[in-house]
Amino acid sequence: MNGVFDLGGTDGMGKVQTVENEPVFRAEWEKAAFAMFSNCFRAGFFGVDAFRHSIEQMEPADYLLSNYYEHWVHVVESRGSAKGVIDLAELEQRTKFYLDNPDAPLPRREDPELLAFVDAVVKSGAPANRPTDKIARFKVGDRVTISADSPRGHTRRARYIRGRTGEITGAHGAAIYPDSAGNDGPEAPEHLYTVRFTAEELWGPETAEPNNTVYFDVWEPYLTLAS
Amino acid sequence: MAQPTDTPLRTQEEITARVKALEAMLIEKGIMTTEAIDRLAEIYENEVGPQLGAQVVARAWTDPEFKERLLADASAACAEMGIGGLQGEEMVVVENTDTVHNAIVCTLCSCYPWPVLGLPPNWYKAPAYRSRIVREPRKVLAEDFGFPIPDEVEVRIWDSSSELRYWVLPQRPAGTEDLGAFELAALVTRDSMIGVGPVGTP
Repeated sequence: MNGVFDLGGTDGMGKVQTVENEPVFRAEWEKAAFAMFSNCFRAGFFGVDAFRHSIEQMEPADYLLSNYYEHWVHVVESRGSAKGVIDLAELEQRTKFYLDNPDAPLPRREDPELLAFVDAVVKSGAPANRPTDKIARFKVGDRVTISADSPRGHTRRARYIRGRTGEITGAHGAAIYPDSAGNDGPEAPEHLYTVRFTAEELWGPETAEPNNTVYFDVWEPYLTLAS
Repeated sequence: MAQPTDTPLRTQEEITARVKALEAMLIEKGIMTTEAIDRLAEIYENEVGPQLGAQVVARAWTDPEFKERLLADASAACAEMGIGGLQGEEMVVVENTDTVHNAIVCTLCSCYPWPVLGLPPNWYKAPAYRSRIVREPRKVLAEDFGFPIPDEVEVRIWDSSSELRYWVLPQRPAGTEDLGAFELAALVTRDSMIGVGPVGTP
């Protein structure tokens, strides 16, 4: 989908605001929001592609103005509600309760298996590469053009590379296809490549900086061979 | 100076209450526990962070065969040192040289190589960096990070659009020939492995 999250090349976003010695988590609630990702992944709320697409569907102004981990909270609310696990009216009520009673305790529950899962998933991750018997249609050195299509759903075809031509510099085998998995479809693995674009190709000769290239990973259905 | 995204949507009190309410519901549904939150916070506050990436860089600077393996298959090479996992299942290390400077970004979300750099700083996830580093990298590096790159050095920006996780092998600074891997690792900054800052000097 075309949305504000697709930020590459957007102007007017201001200066980069770095913070010296920024803590990993700036507030206790950020820890809980961070933990919700892996805990709710385990509970089947989303895969990583659907997680991203849920963030993309935030109200555009909310997306830009909210704290980063609020994006994650949005996903848990939205996907949890769609799965029938989180009742949004109850969430509002209980939010009001904790606003009025900030020191009220959380419910207690023990779950050693969840703790073991946390340690295991941090160590091993969840790889996205997949075996395939599809023959790769492209190879390193090919010049390819990115499809100019604007899909309505989830895609990793950022706007700034659409319709642009570059050279394949890496071929990585097949991986889960976000344009399927991110829209709640099957994994549908497709061959994955890295494409190198010149700044002139992306931004035009007037504003491109000199001696600059951008590398971007693309799935095979995005590509056609350039003439 | 005011920023376009300065005004927060909710107060900290409002966010805190909402997350606590959601947390309470997820605990009751058997999905979450406070111990799991504490454990994850502990891992990324104290165990997994840029000190791990720094160890890998220092080894690459002192062990040419390891460096070759790292550039060929970063995840396998890091696994030799017991480093790897979530959000770094397939890592790719790109090498800075006299003629090439690399930097990483995720313009579409906030992808970042957690096993070697930890969780990303907030500026990495915010609109300013994500929008501008692909369009005016020299300007961003010079003006926002005070880290100008000479015109004759090619600037390569790696936009992490897939599950490949890129990160940068900075150049070993001059005058460090006598240092061992331990002292060298102390010079390697998080920003140097993102590509937005220098390595320290001894």
